[in-house]
Amino acid sequence: MAWVEACGVGDIDEEDVIRWDHEGRSFALYRSPDDEYFATDGLCTHERAHLADGLVMDDVVECPKHNGRFNYKTGKALAAPVCVNLKTYPTRVQSGKVFVDIG
Amino acid sequence: MEREQPGMVIVGAGECGARAALTLREQAYGGPVTLIGAERHHPYERPPLSKALGPACDGLALKTIASRESLERVGIALLAPAEVVTIERAERRVRLADGARIAYDKLLLATGATPRALPMAAGLDHCLTLRTFDDAIAIRSRLSPGFRVAIIGGGFIGLELAAIASVLGVEVTVLEAQARILQRGVPDEIAAILHKAHTDHGVRIRCGQVMASMTETARGVAIRLAGGGLVESDLVVVGVGAQPNIELAEAAGLAIDNGIAVDERLRTSDPHIFAAGDCCSFPLALYGGRRVRLEAWRNALEQGPLAALNMLGRDESYTAVPWFWSDQYDLGLQVAGLVDEASDIVRRDAGDGGVLLFHLAADGRLLAASGIGSGASIGRDFKVAEMLIARQARPPREALRSPEVKLKRLLMSASGS
Repeated sequence: MAWVEACGVGDIDEEDVIRWDHEGRSFALYRSPDDEYFATDGLCTHERAHLADGLVMDDVVECPKHNGRFNYKTGKALAAPVCVNLKTYPTRVQSGKVFVDIG
Repeated sequence: MEREQPGMVIVGAGECGARAALTLREQAYGGPVTLIGAERHHPYERPPLSKALGPACDGLALKTIASRESLERVGIALLAPAEVVTIERAERRVRLADGARIAYDKLLLATGATPRALPMAAGLDHCLTLRTFDDAIAIRSRLSPGFRVAIIGGGFIGLELAAIASVLGVEVTVLEAQARILQRGVPDEIAAILHKAHTDHGVRIRCGQVMASMTETARGVAIRLAGGGLVESDLVVVGVGAQPNIELAEAAGLAIDNGIAVDERLRTSDPHIFAAGDCCSFPLALYGGRRVRLEAWRNALEQGPLAALNMLGRDESYTAVPWFWSDQYDLGLQVAGLVDEASDIVRRDAGDGGVLLFHLAADGRLLAASGIGSGASIGRDFKVAEMLIARQARPPREALRSPEVKLKRLLMSASGS
């Protein structure tokens, strides 16, 4: 367990994603339409584009390069060309901050 | 070799054919599936061949769609390299070059396209085209600082290769017959941004150039230009478009119309034969049924599975928005829809030197979008544009024009239209 403060709750728009870099690693942080926060690896498992440049719709983020889609809550790869799931990380909100357990 | 039970036969083991074969199994089809490829490799992704930057060959690994083992595991018989020489429609079987016959219940032609050859270049050793992994290796293994490459054609393949080569320190000259690069399907402003990126990297782009002759020299090839002038290079790469591989279909008497003609369900004129990907032309519902042939990765990726579903008796129509992208240096370009259908352009500043162009019909309908920006920076807005095109939305021009208006919001208001 390694909980790290990543951003403020207001730093991510509703149903959106931002990029968060920490100690040489890149993560994508999501805020769902239900106002929950999620974290995944920042790079698409297909060709390493930053998912933070992608579009979030409901539970799904679509890679900005080649339209691979993932469920950002579970990390599941949903459509070709992606076939490798995305690693997810637990999050929690405390005092207006989003914390990520980067493992 | 003659199989007892006729199954599904797919000719072409590229993105389209491979995805079709995998879809048949995902749909729990239990009969034989045979995937026949012309190349010696297992199915792989082609885009990196011209897009992936990196030091010569080391930068280019085969990006696998499905390995031989993974195909075997799901009961897909990959025959590669193998060549189908005839479709025997009456008997519903294909005949291979080695004499083997394979019976089919349904046949998918995913034969792709072949780079157009330059008659002038016939027989020249140092003149290549780029389509396959082996082509890419043959070209890239020669690229090194100080080497000289002349690229014929300022289209996507040529320009992507120019970017790869110039980054490696190669002296690159691009010869384009038209007045500017990317004349077909890319707006002036975006072509100009790419043109500048190339010249900033030292690539010489010469537009409006007609070649008079190409001759072999001690070191490579000399190109004489009709307007005077000589371009000497160690290697020439020709990127002047591709032709659909229709020979099999044509010899079998299938309807041809700028490619193997299929309907919106990807059926050819023979109900047992389908065609998909680069080799076929199909009607695009979104543009009044206009018949197009697309040489694009996503088209292949989507049509293969759709054809597979219809081979299994489903009744699915292909309704996608045409889409393609190109990566050159750190710039990512995307085009969605048919740009040439539009009469008007609304421009949106995408920040950081990037731009999005919305191509509108006279009645305000969004018909196409094009854009360029660093990396994948335009990806999100571009996806929204594509969804608006699919919905045949008429977004307010002011909202399209203003970077402060989130494009995603337009999706909500367009959802009812």
